[in-house]
Amino acid sequence: MEKVLEVKDLRISFDTFAGKVNAIRGVSFELFKGETLAIVGESGSGKSVTTRSIMRLLSSNATIDSGEILFKGQDIVRKTEKQMQTIRGKEIAMIFQDPMTSLDPTMPIGKQVAESLIKHNKVSKQEGLTQALELLKLVGIPNAEKRLKNYPHQFSGGQRQRIVIAIALICYPEVLIADEPTTALDVTIQAQILELLKDLQEKISTSIIFITHDLGVVANVADRVAVMYGGRLVEVGTAEEIFYNPQHPYTWGLLGSMPTMEGTEDKLYAIPGSPPDLLDPPKGDAFYPRNEYALKIDAEQEPPYFEVSPTHKAATWLLAPQAPKVTPPAEIVRRWAIYEQRYKKTGGAN
Amino acid sequence: MEAKKKVLLEVKGLKQYFNVGRKDEVKAVDDISFHIYEGETFGLVGESGSGKSTTGRSVIRLYDPTAGEIIFDGKDISKIRAKKDLQEFRREVQMIFQDPYASLNPRMKVNDIIAEGIDINKLANDEAQRTAKVNELLQVVGLDPSHGTRYPHEFSGGQRQRIGIARALAVDPRFIICDEPISALDVSIQAQVVNLLQDLQKNVGLTYLFIAHDLSMVKHISDRIGVMHSGKLLEMGSSEDVYSFGVHPYTESLLSAIPLPDPEYERNRKRIIYQAPAADNKERKLREITPEHYVYCSEDEVMIYRQKIEAKKAAAQESL
Repeated sequence: MEKVLEVKDLRISFDTFAGKVNAIRGVSFELFKGETLAIVGESGSGKSVTTRSIMRLLSSNATIDSGEILFKGQDIVRKTEKQMQTIRGKEIAMIFQDPMTSLDPTMPIGKQVAESLIKHNKVSKQEGLTQALELLKLVGIPNAEKRLKNYPHQFSGGQRQRIVIAIALICYPEVLIADEPTTALDVTIQAQILELLKDLQEKISTSIIFITHDLGVVANVADRVAVMYGGRLVEVGTAEEIFYNPQHPYTWGLLGSMPTMEGTEDKLYAIPGSPPDLLDPPKGDAFYPRNEYALKIDAEQEPPYFEVSPTHKAATWLLAPQAPKVTPPAEIVRRWAIYEQRYKKTGGAN
Repeated sequence: MEAKKKVLLEVKGLKQYFNVGRKDEVKAVDDISFHIYEGETFGLVGESGSGKSTTGRSVIRLYDPTAGEIIFDGKDISKIRAKKDLQEFRREVQMIFQDPYASLNPRMKVNDIIAEGIDINKLANDEAQRTAKVNELLQVVGLDPSHGTRYPHEFSGGQRQRIGIARALAVDPRFIICDEPISALDVSIQAQVVNLLQDLQKNVGLTYLFIAHDLSMVKHISDRIGVMHSGKLLEMGSSEDVYSFGVHPYTESLLSAIPLPDPEYERNRKRIIYQAPAADNKERKLREITPEHYVYCSEDEVMIYRQKIEAKKAAAQESL
């Protein structure tokens, strides 16, 4: 498969009053053409920082300490702001979380959608508006002709998010970054937006990086999943591998803390404690203090990636050959059984 | 069956209109009735604008209801006029808000935020008693007493929500309205807060009105559930009745939209799209279809829904 984007050992830190925060601590992944890669993790895990660095939209106190972001063979990290302006919005576009604040309240929506087309592709205003209208129809704005001149406040939350999607897609970008695009929306509207995104992806074969903390949404959209914790990717695999054959205790915790619809459980599993302080990253595994399955070595040494399958790797010492066998939570055992049954490869590592 | 359960809160024909008589009149809550038993959790679900939060706010009298009765422990609180009586009522009924960032005063120390209710209601005789009570509350919600001297901005979202819970508990309420208490939190933290709420219910015997749009969490925490849409209650019943045998088209549409952490299921999911029925002149209201399972419908639809429920139950039996 063709690689569209490749991130190699990315390290990013922020200068704050309290000191240097190591937000991203060695992240590597690739994005293939036409796929959807979901990045999951809790607030502060670094998922938004990673994607913002791909757009080069980091705040002024952030530094990319090392690493490469290769987009079509060229390193984005080394681009000048001027060069970035020809990429940003045209080849790599972004949908932001909050449709209330990511639109300009003083500009009619037709103009907002057409803007990047007029800037990047040098089309006339009239042509820009015509294409904007086409796209607004495609994303499902009713009566689009009449509403081109309307302002954002005249639309509902779901419709605004559709407009934001139209803005991101108007130049047919190769990479679309969707940063929690449905978190602010109701389930019914969320389902519509997800269907819309998948539909459009098929039509224009964009690759999507989808950031969310909702595993239900991930199961719906993702081809591959990367689980992020404390500034590192702790587990990467296909959606089937992450959902039915998870190996990292943090992934176990995330999957276990969601209620199931069968609803037989009395009490939800909750990952104890709170996320690590990246001002002073722990010496060993960042998840160690919250990890019920931690081994002694977790406190001392950061685990490397262990390969589970060619498409699946996880950074946990539990996968080391000499590690003791552990029994994961019941919910994970249930999922492993599904994996054994349906995907018939040799199951988990143990 | 256990002895007859005691009804703690009863809402009868509640209407909450805004801008009454003007062109932009909004019927946020339009004639709904439900009751909540002592010690249970009643979940209220619906999309934004369905009136679920307005209902919660009317119940605690943040709004004056346009019409209807709200009977709490035998007293109609919609008729309370005297400030003193209202204050007394709000000692028994407390609220936890959605946004843990906006609902705590940034200029107050956590100690004072939690103790505000204690001070207003004069529940502590002296400073030492007040401090002891606050420290105890902090521990109950899983925080450290030393946290009390800090300000809200020093805490994470989950911790702030715990402070909000401690504040609600400070006046020893019997009934707590939780208005989307976990929507703003991460998945792993959501589970922590939900578990805390459930533990408190078990230990202190609280009753909850739990308002949320995250249906899987509502199902987990609630004993009974009401589904709201456009200011009306469309279906009400036990958690099981609504989730497994929900029959109102809107409930079905809502259920079909819930994303589950299961790729296989997600790929085969068929979403049901709800269309409000065309207006006819039939009188629609909540009618009991099977015991304790109510659906908003007209007289002649009762039989249809009853058959639908039976069919669903039979299908569930079959698949076992």
